[in-house]
Amino acid sequence: MIIHTRITRDPLDPRAILQQVERPSVGAAVLFVGLVRDLNEGRPVSGLRYEAYAPMAEKLLREIAEAAAARVPAERGVPGVAIEHRVGELAVGDASVVIAFASPHRAEAFDGCRYLIEEIKARLPIWKEEQYADGRTEWLDGAAPPQG
Amino acid sequence: MDTIRVRLLLFAHYRDLAGTGERTIELPRGSTARQLVDRVRADGGGWARLPAAPAIALNEAFAPLAATLSDGDEVALLPPVAGG
Repeated sequence: MIIHTRITRDPLDPRAILQQVERPSVGAAVLFVGLVRDLNEGRPVSGLRYEAYAPMAEKLLREIAEAAAARVPAERGVPGVAIEHRVGELAVGDASVVIAFASPHRAEAFDGCRYLIEEIKARLPIWKEEQYADGRTEWLDGAAPPQG
Repeated sequence: MDTIRVRLLLFAHYRDLAGTGERTIELPRGSTARQLVDRVRADGGGWARLPAAPAIALNEAFAPLAATLSDGDEVALLPPVAGG
């Protein structure tokens, strides 16, 4: 089974991440790309800074990917998961997260990809500081992480 | 020894409040993570503005505030997460 996860400061390449999960057994691959948007709650956004608790985020991202793969029943074939999350300074239009979930069949691929982005948003120790056109910055309020 | 030393990490908004991302704290043996948080909040200033019951990680895994700390532990205070 392919499981590829990475937290990186480098720009993300969705095509290369998709290629990580391409195998002859794959009948469906769903690719999710999260992008930096130019507007949040009505305020023009000029850029973002992502910060991670890197050692924990790397471990947890791997665990989340393995849990997503384990949700596919054996009789539905072997899935593949590739996830990269970028940290550091990002500009509007940059990809912040790319998820590729591949499976013999489309139902598991859609389901797995959706499961992964929701888990990442709920649990991964990563924070986002928005930079506004007026020069001000603000940490975005996110999801309360699990209390143990 | 009746004291332990733990490494406290702060991220994002919490680091901005505290004015530092890292600090070593000495505590009585048997202290919990909650007592660590109480201890640093008592320093006042930005520390006092940290929440009384933040989410924490103990040695890079989510943990309850009731967790008992050991010498050499790493405790991170985790603001609400906003990845993706």
